[in-house]
Amino acid sequence: MPNHGVTPAHYDCVVIGAGHNGLICAAGLAGKGRSVLVLEAAAEVGGAASTREFAPGFRVSAGAHLLHLMPADLLRDLQLESHGLNWAAQRMPTTALLPDAAALALSPGAANRAGLSAADASAYAAYSARMRRFAAALAPVFSRIPPRLGSAAWSDRLALLRIGWQIRKLGRREMRELLRIGAMNVYDLLEESFDSAALKGALGLDAVLGANFGPRSPGTVLTLLYRLAAESAAGDLGLSQPKGGMGALCNALAKAAVAAGAIIRTAAPVAKILVEADRACGVVLESGERIMAPNVISSADPKTTFLKLLGTAHLDTGFARRVNHIRSNGLAAKLHIALNRAPPFQGLSETALRGRLLIAPSLEYIEHAYNHAKYGEFSASPVMEITVPSINDPGLAPAGHHVLSAIVQYAPYALKESWEKGRQRFLDSALDTLERFAPGLRGCIVAAEVLTPADMEQEFRLSGGHWHHGDLGLDQILMLRPVPGAAQYRTPVEGLFLCGAGCHPGGGVMGVAGRNAAQQVLKWGSS
Amino acid sequence: MRSAQHWDAIIVGAGHNGLVAACYLARAGLKVLVLERQPYIGGAAVSRRLYKDFTYSNCSYVCSLLRPEIMRTLELPKHGLQIIPYEGGCTMMQGGGHLALYDNHDALRREIARHSKRDAEAYDRYSRDVMRQCKFIKPLLMREPPDPTSFKPRDLQEMLYLGKRFHGLGEARMYDTLRFWTMSAADFLDEYFESEIVKAHFAGSSIIGTALGPRSPGTAYVLLHHYMGDIDDTVGAWGFARGGMGAVSNALGASFAASGGTIRSAAPVAQIQVKHGRASAVVLEDGEQITARLVISNLDVRRTFLKIMDANDLPDEFLRQVKNFKIRGSSGKLNIALDGLPRFPAIPEGSPSTRGDMHVTDTIEMMERAYDDWKDGRWSRAPYIDMLIPSQIDPTMVPDGKHYMSVFVQYCPYRLAEGEWTAAKRQAFGDTVINTIARHSPNFKELILHAEIRTPWDIENEVGLTEGNIFQGELTMDQLLFNRPLPGYAQYRGPVKGMYMCGSSTHPGGGVMGAPGANAARAVLRDLKLAH
Repeated sequence: MPNHGVTPAHYDCVVIGAGHNGLICAAGLAGKGRSVLVLEAAAEVGGAASTREFAPGFRVSAGAHLLHLMPADLLRDLQLESHGLNWAAQRMPTTALLPDAAALALSPGAANRAGLSAADASAYAAYSARMRRFAAALAPVFSRIPPRLGSAAWSDRLALLRIGWQIRKLGRREMRELLRIGAMNVYDLLEESFDSAALKGALGLDAVLGANFGPRSPGTVLTLLYRLAAESAAGDLGLSQPKGGMGALCNALAKAAVAAGAIIRTAAPVAKILVEADRACGVVLESGERIMAPNVISSADPKTTFLKLLGTAHLDTGFARRVNHIRSNGLAAKLHIALNRAPPFQGLSETALRGRLLIAPSLEYIEHAYNHAKYGEFSASPVMEITVPSINDPGLAPAGHHVLSAIVQYAPYALKESWEKGRQRFLDSALDTLERFAPGLRGCIVAAEVLTPADMEQEFRLSGGHWHHGDLGLDQILMLRPVPGAAQYRTPVEGLFLCGAGCHPGGGVMGVAGRNAAQQVLKWGSS
Repeated sequence: MRSAQHWDAIIVGAGHNGLVAACYLARAGLKVLVLERQPYIGGAAVSRRLYKDFTYSNCSYVCSLLRPEIMRTLELPKHGLQIIPYEGGCTMMQGGGHLALYDNHDALRREIARHSKRDAEAYDRYSRDVMRQCKFIKPLLMREPPDPTSFKPRDLQEMLYLGKRFHGLGEARMYDTLRFWTMSAADFLDEYFESEIVKAHFAGSSIIGTALGPRSPGTAYVLLHHYMGDIDDTVGAWGFARGGMGAVSNALGASFAASGGTIRSAAPVAQIQVKHGRASAVVLEDGEQITARLVISNLDVRRTFLKIMDANDLPDEFLRQVKNFKIRGSSGKLNIALDGLPRFPAIPEGSPSTRGDMHVTDTIEMMERAYDDWKDGRWSRAPYIDMLIPSQIDPTMVPDGKHYMSVFVQYCPYRLAEGEWTAAKRQAFGDTVINTIARHSPNFKELILHAEIRTPWDIENEVGLTEGNIFQGELTMDQLLFNRPLPGYAQYRGPVKGMYMCGSSTHPGGGVMGAPGANAARAVLRDLKLAH
């Protein structure tokens, strides 16, 4: 309900951005009786977790296309299924595509492919059991609010002790192994464990998907464990595909928030966060409308929140510098293809085609693709995570037609030659790569689009176009995320909170940041 | 053959750490024998005459990290060691021009301001932050790392000490430290500087001896590792050992002899013998057996446990860990005898810049691309070089009017993708380096009298370092502190009783520092219940 009168509207809480984290935070706050207004710049809710019609009649998830990180209890508590969420597919399989060879099917504990040695198959069983054990140990750390270091508060000290205890509980041998591999690169870890290049490539991809790393970058074992810990914390639901795309999930979240009492306004972009007497007190929309609230919670990325919406005048130089230095240039592009038939992937079973497909035939292949990204270039042979969502959910395309959705890496945000010039070549190299695994694909294309990180920045107001609002590197996780001084969802400005993927535990359609932030607002915010 | 004498301790390898450990043990009254494979002592810290009257520091070439307390206790200056600080340094740019380095902070600031005023201001912040990290880490160098999985009083006490030191930093510095240990050098430098040449210069020490590029997380720590030295209390300063790096080893050898120790060179050890679960003797390659209460290996862990110990004497899990220890050849070395001093047009006449470390890599991207070559199994087409002409400061190394140039080269692989190293390939590698230098010095090539070219393969064969790795193992987080060399074995004690490790494979790692040797000796003396 727009209010252009002299007295601005007043709420307990204003949430900036109706992405999944903003909506989950709003639902949590409204559920506790706070009056909550969610302001979304776009015409629809969802942010990067939306469904997009990229060609007439062809719809696809604009960003992430698979759900595997959202905790089961969160889905249950918000009763999303009663708010319209349906599953097109659950527990989807993963298959690595290989040039001139049978594909490699992966599921936890079992890898099947003609030609995989017995040694590799049993090493894989041991490897995935061990990694799941580590992930389960790290999972509780993962879901909670990160503790502050050096704080006198018992809650922080207990949280730190709990981390230590979780690791210690593994037993001496496993603890040593975790402390060793935790800082290693995934390349070395996989080289230690396996012979098959295909298996190593497929397992290595999960460590660098959406990250500014190659398999040889130290710390990539931790990024892999991080992903596995998130899956473990979510209850190991496996990969699922919401019916109607990721947008359907956010629509259900919006319904849940509204049912809890929150108000959502779309097409209402926030221009500024208002500060009075050193505390946040509301927002001004781009239209000039003022909305007052003692608690402002931003699901925008930290750079947008602090540098654009708040302004450095309200921050001390050291903090502003840290925010400036958050590494948030995205490296993942999204490829959407409208097809007049199912994609002709060679030798794939019907089941495999319903799942997640990987193009990462070896660790060297991934590393070479990454090499280019370091210098602002892209590789002619990119790595990809592919789904064909219309097979599980025919409603996404006209009858008999299909959509293919792929995350393509690496696509550096700051492309040296500029995306204007490079876009077509990038699309061509992605299509050529696909053609190698699905001969004849090019002939079935009705329409295709690429969303580069630069496009995502524009489209979703995401600085750097980074899916996770900032790299998930060792120096940007836990109490260092997004920056020290704002890692517990609170900020140096009283009344201003963060709830987006820029906070612990980071991005992916997970919602933990939104849920934790709501807890902090209830604890520390003014009512 | 069996020698009649019985020793308290045998040290395998007369590298600087072996000698440091030997000195401390001899001073505590033990009867110590050091066995060296080569006819000369020093391992990688040697001065050798391979061409006429030129003395080469043919592996390790500069000195900074040697712990001052070791130098004092072992009276190395009295035994002939003299260290002369660099007078300057520089990075020359591809298109002409240079960044000069001065040891005077204000002069250096003015020089940086020539490239970027903002960076000159940031330099104060940078050196303050780096020194702060050094101050935090330095006291840890001379301590035995705890085992975090153990409940023994000593381990708990040491964990507590670490925790307290960390906590003592205060909240803000704790975060800085955490980030520092996990960042890449490139990201770290980006937080301070904008000028490419300034970043490139400081990034150099983050890759030396390391199979990582400046963009690899963890390299900020390697950068710090090279700042850990002090000469005459100037933190982070580097210097030349008068007479070449062999002077360090010779001084240690003299100190050891003065304490009554014995060194046998040209006495290669074939095996460490284990009897009833205890190391009891070594057997030389000629079959001679020498018994001792303790055996301490100065060799890297791969060489120690895979080459001179019997797999049947070692636990399987331990052997697996040893095989997974990361020790990679990534550096080469050229030693060049010169007919005169080469001219470097980029550097003004009379500048002290040539009397220190000289570089020609002026962007981080160049360094990273050099690393990409290594990953693909070839030497860098445009390598990072650390080039010095010590004869300008130490004329004892060369005949009158001549000069000696030491060129450290990063990156050069131990194994080439295209097959084994050959003489022709070694020459091609050398030519790549010489041409790189010649691009900055028009008369360089015509001054060359002799050049010794050393690939990681050569270094392994001569010095015995596995893959020619100068640190006896990568300095990555998975191999530092309580993980160095192997989780559960970071306390200098081997997997069998009476067997110890004292090389750079152990905490705190490589560089001519001596700390592993001193720490290992302390562990031995504690086990023997002798005061240190």
